[in-house]
Amino acid sequence: MASAVNTADHAATNSDEVVFYLEDEHEHAEGSSTALGFWVYLMSDCLIFAILFAIYGVLGTSYAAGPGPQDLFELELVAVNTAMLLFSSITYGFAMLQMDKGNVRATQLWLAITGVFGLCFLGIELYEFHHLIEIGATPQRSAFLSAFFTLVGTHGLHVTFGIIWLVTLMVQVNMHGLIPANRRRLMCLSMFWHFLDVIWIGVFTFVYLMGMLR
Amino acid sequence: MSQHAHTATHGAGSQTKTAEKHAQDNAEDLHDEGQNHGSYTSYITGFVLSVILTAIPFWLVMHGTLDKNWTIFIVMAAAVVQIVVHMIFFLHMNAKSEAGWSLMALFFTLIIVVIVLAGSLWVMYHLNTNMMPGMEMDGQGPQTSNPAPGGSPDQQGQ
Repeated sequence: MASAVNTADHAATNSDEVVFYLEDEHEHAEGSSTALGFWVYLMSDCLIFAILFAIYGVLGTSYAAGPGPQDLFELELVAVNTAMLLFSSITYGFAMLQMDKGNVRATQLWLAITGVFGLCFLGIELYEFHHLIEIGATPQRSAFLSAFFTLVGTHGLHVTFGIIWLVTLMVQVNMHGLIPANRRRLMCLSMFWHFLDVIWIGVFTFVYLMGMLR
Repeated sequence: MSQHAHTATHGAGSQTKTAEKHAQDNAEDLHDEGQNHGSYTSYITGFVLSVILTAIPFWLVMHGTLDKNWTIFIVMAAAVVQIVVHMIFFLHMNAKSEAGWSLMALFFTLIIVVIVLAGSLWVMYHLNTNMMPGMEMDGQGPQTSNPAPGGSPDQQGQ
């Protein structure tokens, strides 16, 4: 019985009519699927933030008789922070354009400027966190503050790792120039960086502006 | 694209190697088309739009005299539009990138995000309003819903 099936199978493959799989592993250019893969990673990261936003949405009004958004947030600071991230987004865009032209020096310059803006953003955020903790609005104070620190802190951590990645890539470009592998890495970081800016739109709208309107 | 020219000049050597490299270059070109890095104009356009869409909600909340509900609506709308602007001008999202798979992944994620956000807020809001102990009776629940064990209150008073 089994042999009969085998021969039938054999006949099917031999007949050359029906092929259910590709016999040869066809060539993929190295890194040809990196962009899509990285995009899928970003989407999964987006889900993490969605969950944190949901937590903030649920717990954002549980002050435990502690301070609320109006007592804590300084919108001027948040506006400056938003500007920093927006500037860093467009300077990274310029770095990518210079990379397309194969201009190593200009790419490095724009990357450095992006890094500086990123550091400014982080500095302002850390100053804000420090100020909040100093006046007693620690994550332990209320569910609202726990959710706030988790959401904004996770975004800040992403920016931190983005900056570390940026410095790493600047060293790489310095050592090897704009080789295809480095271009691919810079392209991934650009997606990551712009994605963080998109998340920040959600943060300043949902957390800060809506908090002040409450 | 300079690589392409380089391969072409180099290609005078062995035929098979050229063909192989050419195939790879083609694949890379296709890949580049799928993931274009935009132009100076597109970045500037995106940036200007983003600045406007950020300035409006901040100004409304900080100095605006608009009705609160309208403010909330405009702030939300500006955020949604700005996210779309970022997707198009900074992340270069379009229906063609990666043969549409990027957009597909994005839509799938959006559906999940909407379910997670709307579902959590909805369910937890109802739990909060209906099941929280010590909530104030705002006239909805009947006052007799929590009868004293001994019977009705006036009986106890006697």
